[in-house]
Amino acid sequence: MPRISSAATNVARAATTRDSNFIDGGLVMIRSGMQGFAVGLGVAVALATAPALAAPMGADMARHLLARTGFQPTPEEIARFERLDYADGVERILDGMRTKAATPLPGWMDMSPTEFFQLNREIRREKREAERDTGRILKIANLMRQQGGEAKAWWYREMLSTPSPFTERMVLFWHNHFTSSVQKTRYVPSLIRQNELFRREAAGNYARLLQDVARDPAMLLYLDGVSSRKGQPNENFARELLELFTVGEGHYSERDIKEAARAFTGWSIDRDTGAHRVYRVLHDDGDKTFLGRNGNLDGDDIIATVLNHPRTAERLVEKLWREFVSPQPDPAEVRRLAALLRNGKYEMKPLLRAMLLSPAFRDPANRGTLFKSPVELTVGTLRLLQLPVDDAQKLVRAGRLLGQDVFDPPNVKGWPGGEAWISSYTLMLREQGLQRIIQATQIAGGRSMGTMKPVDKEQLNEMPVEGRSLRDVPMAIRMPETLRSIDRARLERIVLALPPVNPSPRDTEAGAALAQMLLDPVYQLK
Amino acid sequence: MLNRRDFIALAGGVSAALATRPSFAAPAGPNWDRVLVLIELKGGNDGLNTVIPYADPLYHRLRPNLGIERDAVVQLNDGLGLNPGLKPLLEPWKAGELGVLLGVGYPDPNRSHFRSIEIWDTASASDEYLSEGWIARAMAKSPRPASFALDAVVVDDNVLPVSGPGLRNIVLKDVENFVRQAERMQQASAARPANPALRHLLKVQGEVHQAALTLRDRMKSAPQPAVEMPNDAFGRQLDLALRLLLSRTPLAVIKVALGGFDTHARERETHDRLMRQLGAGLGSFRTALKQAGLWDRVLVMTYSEFGRRATENGSRGTDHGTAAPHFVMGGGVKGGFHGRQPSLGDLSDGDLRHAVDFRDVYATVAQRWWNLPAPAAGSRNRLLDFV
Repeated sequence: MPRISSAATNVARAATTRDSNFIDGGLVMIRSGMQGFAVGLGVAVALATAPALAAPMGADMARHLLARTGFQPTPEEIARFERLDYADGVERILDGMRTKAATPLPGWMDMSPTEFFQLNREIRREKREAERDTGRILKIANLMRQQGGEAKAWWYREMLSTPSPFTERMVLFWHNHFTSSVQKTRYVPSLIRQNELFRREAAGNYARLLQDVARDPAMLLYLDGVSSRKGQPNENFARELLELFTVGEGHYSERDIKEAARAFTGWSIDRDTGAHRVYRVLHDDGDKTFLGRNGNLDGDDIIATVLNHPRTAERLVEKLWREFVSPQPDPAEVRRLAALLRNGKYEMKPLLRAMLLSPAFRDPANRGTLFKSPVELTVGTLRLLQLPVDDAQKLVRAGRLLGQDVFDPPNVKGWPGGEAWISSYTLMLREQGLQRIIQATQIAGGRSMGTMKPVDKEQLNEMPVEGRSLRDVPMAIRMPETLRSIDRARLERIVLALPPVNPSPRDTEAGAALAQMLLDPVYQLK
Repeated sequence: MLNRRDFIALAGGVSAALATRPSFAAPAGPNWDRVLVLIELKGGNDGLNTVIPYADPLYHRLRPNLGIERDAVVQLNDGLGLNPGLKPLLEPWKAGELGVLLGVGYPDPNRSHFRSIEIWDTASASDEYLSEGWIARAMAKSPRPASFALDAVVVDDNVLPVSGPGLRNIVLKDVENFVRQAERMQQASAARPANPALRHLLKVQGEVHQAALTLRDRMKSAPQPAVEMPNDAFGRQLDLALRLLLSRTPLAVIKVALGGFDTHARERETHDRLMRQLGAGLGSFRTALKQAGLWDRVLVMTYSEFGRRATENGSRGTDHGTAAPHFVMGGGVKGGFHGRQPSLGDLSDGDLRHAVDFRDVYATVAQRWWNLPAPAAGSRNRLLDFV
């Protein structure tokens, strides 16, 4: 295990910031300490390509980079990154990005919409008949719900096991940008296909992604493109394309929405294959005027027009900033990065690289200023503790309770995130869920998290585990091999983005101290 | 785990740190005995299929597939009637306890779900961006009495109407679980960190502790409801609201929500079901509160981001529109129609013209229901006569 002392100077620097009190006046110290550091960074960025001058980024910077581009970083990941030069570390993360999921797809992926809805009807008819025969209301699986649950579990398994957490964070980002839900689309295979599209373009090209999303079957179902036809255009997709996906409010009129809706008429799906298909007879070939452009415009013309609008890139950068950098985008930096994106023909990798190398991303004052999403909290904790997951449905349920039901966002705007993740209700559920995970390390001996079941009130106190009540299980973590050899101070800096609000006394047993870190309010931050 | 004494000491510490709260308001001041039960109809409720101008031939012409058959309408007068699912509201209507506010909207309407609900939640103008909820603003200068450990309980997820620095709201879905977990939570810290995210976490923790303390004591001695609420998601929310009211936990607002109103396609099946849930839920809610003798203390009010287009679309649904009717109900309500039904013959670009500004509805609730002071001179609210 490489020790933190391998980068002595960084430790010395970090120690002044970390040991200062972040509460009250502490931030002043951090800011002033940071200025000198930022000067040093400027040099590092400029000379990033000269390996001779590369300097190890140190454990704290590695933690920040990994926490912001992934889930809760593990000690091994930090050990691998802390000795790298910062720019090299960024490059390693970008190089490691994947375009395909490794988790095997559910078996029903080839089911067409026709087959899906027919089977659905049959199941419902059988249920009705059985209920009539028995006179009882029967609980029979609903096809949509069952496949939806399996799709969600599939994605969780990929997030738990991926060697490239940043890929999955970007897939989550796109899912929250181009939302679609099981509830509305119903045809579940289309949602997994959409998820695969997001992974393919995780750090691909935004222009291409937008073109593909406009043809994406799940999106066509979600925003009613399938029923939009000449003479009766459905405005749902056109409106959200302008309001949410690209230029944003104030940059278009109601008329633009109506005209754009006409341009997308006839873009639908083939019920026998589930693939995108254009029905020419349903397409409106008339003249349209959209954002000052006139002609027989089709959907691709609309997309090309909004991609030419400067706000499209700026809004995307603002959203990425709030997801990865800080709650408050810096307008000058947004303009710089947006210009980079547009000039680079919407290639995502140069943008992501520039964002991760930006002074704001590296600014220690921005550490611990973002809230973990429910998925980041649960997946990150399980990755940290290396708890095997026998049933990913439990994670699906935990996410739903905490306000992030993947593949079922609350509405087309997605999850608002930020402070909205933390209400009185969800904060309690978060702690409850963490307590369950902590207890699961004890009772299952790290074998499985089968007993992790957040907020089941009947079972909270009564669930028998190896003949005992959960009430007697100590609030301490049975330490996995990977965490056992790490001293307390370093572990705290790996687990928490800031010093804890409630530090445990020095003589606390290691597993109890780690549990205390997980239950500290600071653990909710990244 | 905290024992009870620690818990009280802790909550006391938090409240001392939180605010210097003046003592109970004088009798002429706000009426803190009254509760608003706010019902958000999420997605934009189709007003024309809720309160139906059944006698207007234009209604049936604009909605050949969607229109409610004349015979099925629950007639309130010779021009307007309720969706059949709202039949349970006929009884409060006859008793003069149901007010139907017609044509509620605002000038220069916005048709985005998110922007328009924000406009409603913050009582802003169409081109004005406010971050605090309308109730938080209305109560900003009127401190609640010391008996209030919390001001608002939100049973759904949208807290914006009651969001603001002076108002303490909690999101609550299950009281027992809430209290139990609040007791297991780490000690609330009195620290005020400079990091806004951490500050938010500690603030929420403090509010949870204080609210849990009050709820635990109040709910223990609360009577059981005399009537069962419907066993659907909306009915369960109303059940929680009912239990809170029966417990007489001092608070000003309970907010619930019914979702699914964004009926772009195949509207009838969805909307009729939602109307049945709304009608059945509100009918039972009223009965239970009447039996408990609380009906005069409660004002039930619906709202939604917008109504829908007058004309049905090609998918047998409706797209985002503008003005819509809303309901106010309670023992203190002056029943009947308020406002004016928008004309189907005088549409504005296919949309209904509003007759009542929703901000006047809110001002009426603030000034006549809670007896809160009117905002500074220069405001042009025209109060309505429904309370």
